[in-house]
Amino acid sequence: MAKEEFIRVDGRRPDQLRKYRIRAGVLKNADGSAEIRLGKNWIVVGVYGPKEHFPKFEALQDRALLFCRYHMAPYSTTERKSPKPSRREIELSKVIRSALEQAVILDRFPEMSIDVYIEVLQAEGSTRVASITAASVALAEAGIPMRDMVVGCSAGKVNGKIVLDVGEEEDKHGEADLPIAIMPNLKKVVLLQMDGKLTHEEFKEAFETALKGAMELYEEQKRALKELIEKMREFEGDEK
Amino acid sequence: MSEKYKNKTLSEIVKIEQTKNLLRNNRREYNRGFLDYRDIEIETGSIEKAFGSATVKLGDTVVVAGVNFEIGTPFPDSPDKAILLVEGEILPTASFEAEAGPPDENEIEISRVVDRGLRESGMIDFERYVIISGESVLKIFVDFNIINDDGNIIDAANLAAVSALATAEVPSIKYLKENLEEVNNINIKEVPREKFVIKEIPIATTIGIFDNKIFVDPTASEEEVSDTLITFTHLSTGEICSIQLLKGGLTFDEVFKTLEIAYDKSMEIRDLLKNYGISI
Repeated sequence: MAKEEFIRVDGRRPDQLRKYRIRAGVLKNADGSAEIRLGKNWIVVGVYGPKEHFPKFEALQDRALLFCRYHMAPYSTTERKSPKPSRREIELSKVIRSALEQAVILDRFPEMSIDVYIEVLQAEGSTRVASITAASVALAEAGIPMRDMVVGCSAGKVNGKIVLDVGEEEDKHGEADLPIAIMPNLKKVVLLQMDGKLTHEEFKEAFETALKGAMELYEEQKRALKELIEKMREFEGDEK
Repeated sequence: MSEKYKNKTLSEIVKIEQTKNLLRNNRREYNRGFLDYRDIEIETGSIEKAFGSATVKLGDTVVVAGVNFEIGTPFPDSPDKAILLVEGEILPTASFEAEAGPPDENEIEISRVVDRGLRESGMIDFERYVIISGESVLKIFVDFNIINDDGNIIDAANLAAVSALATAEVPSIKYLKENLEEVNNINIKEVPREKFVIKEIPIATTIGIFDNKIFVDPTASEEEVSDTLITFTHLSTGEICSIQLLKGGLTFDEVFKTLEIAYDKSMEIRDLLKNYGISI
C-alpha cells in the first residue's frame, strides 16, 4: 500500500519550508541590513553600530551593549495591531537579543552599542525565528565579528503530525509550536521556546525537524551574503 | 574585572565568587545536591479577600499569588471561552536590584512563561465559565508578586499560581445564569461560590548550567553565574506544555539531558503538592 500522503493547509509536505528568499543590504542608511520573505512573512532588519553608547553611565567598560527591538507594523496582521510595543513584542525582543548575544563578539567594542531593529511588515506565523535569521545576515553585512551565524526555524504539531515551519493558520489550530534558533557550526541552541502539548518523543521529532529546516535556511543566508558581495564586485568593476 | 560587578554590593560580589568556586568544586551552598530542590512550603488561602490565594516559599524565595474573578466580554474569536489574565511583578522588597514601576522585560517574560503553563496545560476548563455565549464570561485574574527573590522565581510563581487556582472558589455559574438580568450590575463578591474546577496541574522546573554542570532550582547568585537557564513545564501525563530558554545557549545533547531531569523533578513536585491536597 502506498504511504499515506499528508497534505497541509497550504499544500506543503510535512517537512517542507514555505517559499523563502533572503536579501542582504536592502537599506541604504543602515550599517547592515537584510530582509527575509518566508511565505507571506516580510521582515526588514536594520543594524546601526557599533557606535559610542549614550548615556555614558550605561555603557560597559568590557563589552558593547546589544539592543534589539522586535516590532510589528500595525498593518502586518489580520486585525490592526496597536503600534505601541505589546508584552509579546517585549518578550520576543528579549529572547531574540539573548540569542544574538551568543554569536556577536561584544567584547571587541567596549563602551559601544549595537542596535538591531526588526520590523515585521507582514506576519504569517513563525516571525520570531525568521527575524533572527534576517538579523544575523544584517549583523554580518554590518561587518560585526560573530562566532557563527544564527539561524532560526520552527516546527509544530498539527492534526497529530509533526510539521516544519508553522504557518499562521497552523499555529492557530495546531497542537504545539516549537521555535528554535541555532548556531549551525558551533551546534548550539540559542533560542528555544515551546507552547502546546508534546510528548518527549514528539518533542525530539519536532526538534530534529526544525534543525533540518534551520540548516536549509543557513544555506540561504550564505547565498544572500555571497550575492551581495558579487554585486559589490561588479560595481567596483564598473568604476574602473 | 570591575565591570562584572557594576551596581553590585560588596556582599553580592563575595556571594557570586563563592558560588562560582563551589560549583567548580562540584558543590552547592548548604551541601545541596545538584539535582535537589530547596525546601518548598505552600500555604493556601493566605489572602482572605481573594477568591483563591497561596504563598509559596522556595528556600528564601517568597511568592504570593491571588486569584480573582470578574464578569467580562469574551474575545470575538473565542465567544465560548472564559478569559485568563496572568500578571506578575517583582516587588521592590524582593532584592537590592528590584525596582518599583511598570514591569520590565524580565517581569514580562516570567509572567508570560507562567501564563503559557497555565493556559496550554488545559488546567482551566475555559468553556465551563461562560455565562452567555459571546456576551459574558468569567475573567480569571491570576496575579503574583515576588516578595523576596533568591532565584528560580518562575518555579515558585508557577506553584503559587497553581495552588491558588486549585484551592480557589469561583462564583457559581449556575447562579449567574439564573440571574441573567442582573449579571451586569451584580456584586461578584456576593454571588454564592463553588469550588473552581481544575483538570490538569502544570509544573515548571528551571535548570541552570555553569561550567558544563547541570543543576536544578538555581538561587539568585547561581542564576547570576549561570551560562544557561532553561524552564520546562510538564503535565501529569509526562507531556511538555511549555519551554523557555531564559539565558545563554546549550548543545543539542544538553537539551535532551535537561528535559529528562526536568521531567523527573516535576514528578517529585507533583507528589509534594498531593501532600497539600492539590491534585487532579
